[in-house]
Amino acid sequence: MARTAKVLFDVPEIKKDFPILQRTVRDKPLTYLDSTATSQKPRQVIDAMTDYYSRYNANVHRAIYELGEESTREYEGARERVAAFIGAKDPMEVAYTKSTTESLNLVAYGYALKGKRVQKGDEIIGTVLEHHSNHVPWHFVRDLKGVTLKYVDVDEDGRLKMEQYDDLITKRTKVVTVAQVSNVLGTINDVKEIAKRAHEVGAVCVVDAAQSVPHMPVDVRELDCDFLAFSGHKMLGPTGVGVLYGKKEVLEETEPLLGGGEMISEVHLGTAKWNDVPYKFEGGTPPIAEVIGLGAAVDYLTKLGMPAVRQHEMNVTGYALQELSNVAGLRVYGPKDVRQRGGVVSFTMAKAHPHDIASILDVEGVCIRSGHHCAQPLMDRYDLAATARASFYVYNDLEDVDRLAAALQKVNEVFG
Amino acid sequence: MGSGPGPYQAQILEHYKHPHNRGTLDPSTHKGHESNSLCGDEIALTLRVDGANRIEDVRFDGEGCAISMASASLLTDAVKGKTLDEDAAMDRASVLQSLGVPLSAVREQCALLPLRALRAALGPAPAAQGH
Repeated sequence: MARTAKVLFDVPEIKKDFPILQRTVRDKPLTYLDSTATSQKPRQVIDAMTDYYSRYNANVHRAIYELGEESTREYEGARERVAAFIGAKDPMEVAYTKSTTESLNLVAYGYALKGKRVQKGDEIIGTVLEHHSNHVPWHFVRDLKGVTLKYVDVDEDGRLKMEQYDDLITKRTKVVTVAQVSNVLGTINDVKEIAKRAHEVGAVCVVDAAQSVPHMPVDVRELDCDFLAFSGHKMLGPTGVGVLYGKKEVLEETEPLLGGGEMISEVHLGTAKWNDVPYKFEGGTPPIAEVIGLGAAVDYLTKLGMPAVRQHEMNVTGYALQELSNVAGLRVYGPKDVRQRGGVVSFTMAKAHPHDIASILDVEGVCIRSGHHCAQPLMDRYDLAATARASFYVYNDLEDVDRLAAALQKVNEVFG
Repeated sequence: MGSGPGPYQAQILEHYKHPHNRGTLDPSTHKGHESNSLCGDEIALTLRVDGANRIEDVRFDGEGCAISMASASLLTDAVKGKTLDEDAAMDRASVLQSLGVPLSAVREQCALLPLRALRAALGPAPAAQGH
């Protein structure tokens, strides 16, 4: 890919929407390459949240007065836009949580552990490339309900060994769970095929979409997944709000994680009756400002257009793979073809530990992540203690990649 | 060797590239193994303490960043030949001071990993006992 690769949208203009990108770090321009951990926020999102607190702060759903009607309208309006953004047929299939982690725990607890579909001796199929948040909740189910966990392996290029599903999926399989995009390798997994295989034995398919929904068009009806989880803060929205999408019928079979206000239709001292889906999952006062901020983030991404976002990230990632290949001793993990990977590039360097790479880049104003990226089973699989990871989003351009590559040359100078 | 950016001053780089006391003592009288759950770095310390409670020899092995490895090299130099009572003088402050570079809170954990391994091997510092 040429240095002059055509950029689909105007990144310098986009950067202007992000107040934080105007600041310097250590007297250098901020080069933020850690959007896989959390994205930066555009003014539109920050303003939407400030506007809520400044003009119509009120609890949702039960207030009789005007302010409460406005906050409820915005809160539910955001749900409609989130649902449309992921292709859900009904906004009532979208439940707000606090994070992807909570969404996945809700499925593990409410559907697998407390629900009736998964019984002792049944099987749950995961993969070795999952984030810890899609491992540990299933450990709970295994330990408390006596189910067996089985895992699909990856090949040397970080792709799932799809043929392993042939043997792993059996009549006892009740849940098949997978990350749509790996937060370490960037691998895009064939969720549609995996969901189809799950449905052949009557199992549900649970998708960790934390790294896909922010970066590419995702259509839950096209994928035909049963549950799909993602976070607001990785898609230009605020922290503290996540989403659990579920098909209406599986949400009906899922028990709530939190008991309290909002999630009930009737409570007496001896009994309680759950509210309807999705409100039975939203016990307690929800993160109202954050939901409104998420709605603004969805609007921002919708305006850019998710196919364009995806194409832009492919361009930047392709350029990064090319530039990083010129850095001596640097090894990139994951698929080599940008069509098979998201904008996540994990790498190691022969002479420098990932922590040291990140420290030296920090001095240059370049923010990357180093460590195990909450994916220790995957690190074990490749016999790695840690990697360095750069990741790209709508506000990154080829110049950011140039600054990354130049800083990596400095690493080699220091440790050469 | 010149100084690098940030914490990568000449002394750190020198100890990282040419660590002192690297390896494993066999036989040993004390062993300590610690890892940093944030980054997966690991340090294993082996020591031989003689009848007079003196640290006769010490080695470290492990995998980690320049900060943790340099810290291990400096720490093992510092405790070798000391008695267990004198070893008590090695604490968080003295380790960070011996490195002599500014560290963020996250990188301090790297620097202190060898000290944690030392405490795991020898038990709490005598000075800290009874507090």
